[in-house]
Amino acid sequence: MAETVQLTINGREIEAEKGKLLIEVARENGIEIPAFCYYEGLSLQAACRMCLVEVEKTPKLQVGCTLPVAAGMVIHTESPTVQQARKGTLEFLLTNHPLDCPVCDKGGECELQDMVFRYGAGESRFTERKLHVPEKQWSPVVFFDAPRCILCYRCVRVCNEGMGVNALGIAERGVRAEIVPNHHDYLECDECGACIDICPVGALTSGIYRYQTRPWEMNHVGTICTHCADGCRTTLGVRNEKIIRGNNRDRSGINGEFLCVKGRYAFDFVEHPERLQSPMLKTGDGFEPVSWSKALEIIGGRFAEFKKAGANFGVIGSNHTTNEENFFLQKFARQGLGTNNIDHHRTGDLATFFDALSGRTDALATVSDLYTAKAIVIVGSDLSQQHPLLANQIRANVRHHGAHVYTLTPGPVREEKLAVFTVRLPGTKQDLEALREKLKTESDVTMVFGGGASQHGMRGFIGMGDSLGIPVKYICLVDYSNSRGAFDMGVIPRDGGMCLEEMLGSTDLDVLWVVGANPLKNATLASEKAFVVVQDLFMTETAKRADIVLPAASAYEKNGTVTNVCGEIQKLKAAIKVMGTKTDLEIMGLIAKEMGLNLGIWLPDKVLDEIRATVHGYNVPLPVITTGGAAPTLPLNGRVAALPGSIASAGDTLFTSGSLSRYSKILNSIIEAPGELYADRATPRPVLPGEVTPA
Amino acid sequence: MTFSPNLEEKFAKMLAAYPEGRKRSAVVPMLIYAQDETGAITPELIEEVARRCEVAPLQVDEVVGYYSMLHRKPLGKYHVQVCTNISCMLVGGTELYEHAKKKLGIGNKEVTADGQFSVEEVECMGACSWAPAVEINYDFHHFVTPEKLDKLIDGLRKKQ
Ligand code: SF4
Ligand code: SF4
Ligand code: SF4
Ligand code: FES
Ligand code: FES
Repeated sequence: MAETVQLTINGREIEAEKGKLLIEVARENGIEIPAFCYYEGLSLQAACRMCLVEVEKTPKLQVGCTLPVAAGMVIHTESPTVQQARKGTLEFLLTNHPLDCPVCDKGGECELQDMVFRYGAGESRFTERKLHVPEKQWSPVVFFDAPRCILCYRCVRVCNEGMGVNALGIAERGVRAEIVPNHHDYLECDECGACIDICPVGALTSGIYRYQTRPWEMNHVGTICTHCADGCRTTLGVRNEKIIRGNNRDRSGINGEFLCVKGRYAFDFVEHPERLQSPMLKTGDGFEPVSWSKALEIIGGRFAEFKKAGANFGVIGSNHTTNEENFFLQKFARQGLGTNNIDHHRTGDLATFFDALSGRTDALATVSDLYTAKAIVIVGSDLSQQHPLLANQIRANVRHHGAHVYTLTPGPVREEKLAVFTVRLPGTKQDLEALREKLKTESDVTMVFGGGASQHGMRGFIGMGDSLGIPVKYICLVDYSNSRGAFDMGVIPRDGGMCLEEMLGSTDLDVLWVVGANPLKNATLASEKAFVVVQDLFMTETAKRADIVLPAASAYEKNGTVTNVCGEIQKLKAAIKVMGTKTDLEIMGLIAKEMGLNLGIWLPDKVLDEIRATVHGYNVPLPVITTGGAAPTLPLNGRVAALPGSIASAGDTLFTSGSLSRYSKILNSIIEAPGELYADRATPRPVLPGEVTPA
Repeated sequence: MTFSPNLEEKFAKMLAAYPEGRKRSAVVPMLIYAQDETGAITPELIEEVARRCEVAPLQVDEVVGYYSMLHRKPLGKYHVQVCTNISCMLVGGTELYEHAKKKLGIGNKEVTADGQFSVEEVECMGACSWAPAVEINYDFHHFVTPEKLDKLIDGLRKKQ
């Protein structure tokens, strides 16, 4: 326990850790010291003077955001002198501020507006003409309105420190000082929008949200991002069945306020003009819209006939649908259709991973472990590109706790800049020994295995972890929002079923049912006779081959749960409804009904009950997830049989999202070339030093 | 970009002087010394300093924008800096500055046609006790009067 001191704030006796910043001590005790430039988790700036406080026996007002508390201090945070000073500070901040609150995006949730309101600094003694600078567009998503800026440096710091991108700076000085982007008049960066979100005023605005609405006219729906496996919680701002904003300002969820470009902006695929809104029946060489009842009747009837005839079914599930949908789908396949031919596009070798960790209950790292681990080993992944949240956690850990990062990658990655030890794969046996020796000096380790980590590699590294004699936790990276859930729910070819490639390759397949996947993007279906049913948002390559296509709801339009890359279960909440679509769960339930099958009630909560009762590791406390938290699953204990079929990382970057990215105008409008990514489909899987099994 | 051997040696020493991971501390001195050699701070120089100090070029650009003694355009061989801040102003700094401009026939931060002189109005240089003060390149001149300034400038002209 650190040394504590007694002090008095506004007449209240308070005990606090010695040397802690006054602003933090006050906040912990429910006393608000206003601040613009101070921002939790970022370096101190002391630029705005909004946090001035009176410290008895100190002649001048003190800056609360950089003042360490000491024994016996007597502090007043709202005395008349302090209030006067704040009013003065605000008057200065407003000298060039345009006061265009009525048309400003931030109006209603602006920190400056709140403060001016509180301290009554609405009148100015300045009669000079205000300095005006026209608004600038820096990128498709970032706009800057200089006169509104109060030069708090939050954006600069969040980009430098938080994102590690260093894209923003300040040019000139005094009244002419202005935030500038890295390429003078345009930005080349991650386009994450963190700078916009953190801006206390409306100086930085987003291309998607600007001038769309007033904040109080939206409904705010907390759900989970559907773009990658990290599972960031995002609060969607919805007005008139339209999503207009994504952010996480309330810092709920595992990601705090972090979101990458996809989570923050790429929700626009839901309203893409090509979105399917009616079931489509193949007629000759085209499709024609049919009613839901007709479509379901045809599918139910054909499925029942095929089943009776003992036909060959193939079922391909999704990386994006909910746990409930995946569970229901595999139940449908196994119990309803009597087939084990079920698979999905697997993006990480979870089978080997779970098998290597069988019998353990404490070996799975969570997203928050990456923020607290003393040492992190990254094997074969470009985290900043493929797992933005995990990369963010690691950066924050290095910044706040000085974690040691070790990278073993086939190409350059951003994390290398933070690393204490790097290996360019394929490495040598000596590299591995050096790594082991270094790791021995750590007190705990978290290892992250990327899509490049092959079976042997993964087992080798887990063996190395075991030999260290310190607590070691692991993460096996998978790519999509519910890749992990699809695996856990059993959308895998267990018990002798055909894997995805086998289904596509079989000339004998009678039925192919594809729920939310696009396996024919780069492949063909060998069986010409197969009756194909596809549930999807768009007319994908696979949907084009279908006999019937059903318009499905996206993750932002459904309730249910998803499991992120670390095995944490979180709840989706429907934000909007898209006319004509149904959730995949409802579609499956209705097909079952047509077939006269009894597979149980197809309501998300009911299916979740069944999952909690039957799926290993999923008996998680309901209150945690229903209140918006993340509940970690337990690792499977017991051995897991090897599965047929291949595993391939999707090779997505920060600006792509599998088959969804082509339907997001925003992602397509961003100019940044996808960053350097070695793990794309074209390059063969690198040989890991782990294949030289560590002795 | 390479500099003279002397400067290179200076930079090497400088970079080694700061603790591990604090190379950015060398940004300001590096810029000043490099400017003396190259005459002005070019985009190329910014890139170079950023590379050596392991920061983003934008972060060097910020420093250049902030410090008035860092210049993006070449100055005259003799850069005449006249203080017009309060102490100097009270004893004729402003008049001195006006005089300097007239004498050289140029405005603030401009360079004479022959490239020999430039003039700049500057803030307090810490020479208040000897106000009004003028700094020409790195040399301070105290209690400067218009006549004294004329002499100084003429002397420098002759020196060429
Ligand atoms: S969008 Fe993100 S990466 Fe780009 S400048 Fe803003 S904070 Fe930096
Ligand atoms: S743009 Fe916003 S966040 Fe950045 S310095 Fe200005 S007010 Fe602060
Ligand atoms: S890191 Fe992944 S889950 Fe988080 S916002 Fe980005 S795409 Fe979505
Ligand atoms: S919050 Fe303390 S100076 Fe800005
Ligand atoms: S005011 Fe001129 S040197 Fe100080």
